[in-house]
Amino acid sequence: MTFLYQLINGIQIGSIYALVALGYSMVYGIVMLINFAHGEIIMIGSYITWYVMSQMGLHPAIAILAAILFCALFGALIEKVAYKPLRKSERLSLLITAIGISLLLQNTAQLIFSANPRMFTNIFAGSIQIGSRQFSNATFVTIIVSVLIMIGLTLLVNKTKIGKAMRAVSEDNDAAQLMGINVNHTITFTFSLGSALAAVAAILYCCSYAQIQPTMGSMLGLKAFVAAVLGGIGSMPGAMIGGFCIGIAESLTKGYISSQLADAVVFGILIVVLLIKPTGILGRHISEKV
Amino acid sequence: MKKEGLLNKTWFRYILNAACILLLFGLISILVSSGVVNRYQAMILIPVGYNIILATSLNLATGFLGQLPLGHAGFMSVGGYASALFSMAVDWPAAIEFPVALLIGGLVAAVFGMIIGLPALRLKGDYLAIITLGFGEIIRVIILNLKFTGGAFGLRGIENHTTLTSTFVWVVISLFVIFALIKSRHGRAIIAIRENEIATESVGISTTYYKMVAFSVSAFFAGIAGGLCAHYLTLLNAGDFGFMRSVEILVMVVLGGMGSIIGSVVAAIVLTLLPELLRGFSEYRLIIYSLLLVIMMIFRPSGLFGRYDFSLSNSLLKIKGKITNSSRKKGATHHES
Repeated sequence: MTFLYQLINGIQIGSIYALVALGYSMVYGIVMLINFAHGEIIMIGSYITWYVMSQMGLHPAIAILAAILFCALFGALIEKVAYKPLRKSERLSLLITAIGISLLLQNTAQLIFSANPRMFTNIFAGSIQIGSRQFSNATFVTIIVSVLIMIGLTLLVNKTKIGKAMRAVSEDNDAAQLMGINVNHTITFTFSLGSALAAVAAILYCCSYAQIQPTMGSMLGLKAFVAAVLGGIGSMPGAMIGGFCIGIAESLTKGYISSQLADAVVFGILIVVLLIKPTGILGRHISEKV
Repeated sequence: MKKEGLLNKTWFRYILNAACILLLFGLISILVSSGVVNRYQAMILIPVGYNIILATSLNLATGFLGQLPLGHAGFMSVGGYASALFSMAVDWPAAIEFPVALLIGGLVAAVFGMIIGLPALRLKGDYLAIITLGFGEIIRVIILNLKFTGGAFGLRGIENHTTLTSTFVWVVISLFVIFALIKSRHGRAIIAIRENEIATESVGISTTYYKMVAFSVSAFFAGIAGGLCAHYLTLLNAGDFGFMRSVEILVMVVLGGMGSIIGSVVAAIVLTLLPELLRGFSEYRLIIYSLLLVIMMIFRPSGLFGRYDFSLSNSLLKIKGKITNSSRKKGATHHES
């Protein structure tokens, strides 16, 4: 029973990681950038939901919508302001910019909302009894919502026009442009989509963990990134598989070994993956051209 | 063309630089002993010193090797803990114990650098950044969970050995070693890897070997800086050596210019003194840092100094050249008239 309990917990946190990892993976696939600021989008999404719900006293549904919309716009804004001017420059500068944006958002949030954690009211209160264990409703809502989103996203990428454009741009930027695809729009759309997913992940995360603070995004973001690398960065089904693997590994470590070592285990997995198969479980191998 | 003149002789350049360093040291110690620089201000010069070491050593890996390790604070903490534990365990006179402790800190950090570098340097770019970040976090978590490192309470009761003199000496040593390394054959190989790794490998330079050299020297000096820091603060807390600390060092390197030692030195001095001068703005410090990073990358990705490096003798030669040129011109015009 303990094992099943840990497994369900793992799938729950894993589906949150998967949602965030999808954002990392899509963005990497298109602009070859590790968007370090992606973790901070989660934090912003949480604060927006909290603010609209607890401070303005509006209905949770409005709060959720507001958070998703705001994050989507914000993701696009970051891309326009910080990453677009650097699209043709060195990878190193782009990476440093991403780190800078992440720090900037984190510290600005600290200034606005203070470093003290805020309490987040669970939208999906209540629990279900299975056997001898209690499972909160949030657990099941998280898993169901994530799976639905993943199905939706797969359909979007494979069946729609914009999805086709996304795949084309990630395949070959210049060729896509020659075929009449608006590359700038596609990149902006990808950033917005990834950020919207991060907002959903943020709300689901907060419903289970109740506390929000300015630094919450960085660790969550890093672990989701590990999930993206494990699955094969740039690959969407890979991000989903990676997310679930990392979630389950973390949850089992917490349950059976030590809760403090969970982070070390996650990063240990990252190192092992990078050493054995740097392209991840489903990643494509890109051969180097001289 | 063989260059004549004293300034072109290597031994004379060394003597000139040594004399300047001694002069600088004399100046600082006179300022401190005469009270122009008060005790509090003199104490701030120690963090300035170890930040210079940290920034230049990271610059070796970032600016000259062209990689982006994000775990520099991890090496610093390893070195700090190793040297602190050593100096707490033995009871030698401070004059012997402290340098030995620092060297041990540096060596342990260098060994960690090798352990991490060997697998990590097979990857490049983004992946190297992530794997070093991961290692940095693992080091932090492990230190937090070990008994002999004091765990979450931190390591307390470290002897206070770091003085202005010892910091100054170590800054000079590390600047000299890193500078000499870069100007040597090994340094040219390291820079070649930055410029084009495939081309470097195809002319028969072992890229793995030189990457390891740069990486472990970088880690060694981070460890030394960690030791200086430990014996200055007299307490160590693993939480202070997280990702943020690594980024702070990176800001210094980027601001000064990736590939410029003088840039790292100036940036380290400015960015350490600035928060002390602007105490009231401490909450804005990291916002300013991060804005600086982004703005620098968009408008001047090469940093303040670019790849320029200061050389006293070359500057003197230039000045001398200008003087002789202008006097020659004067003479010429005089002759014509």
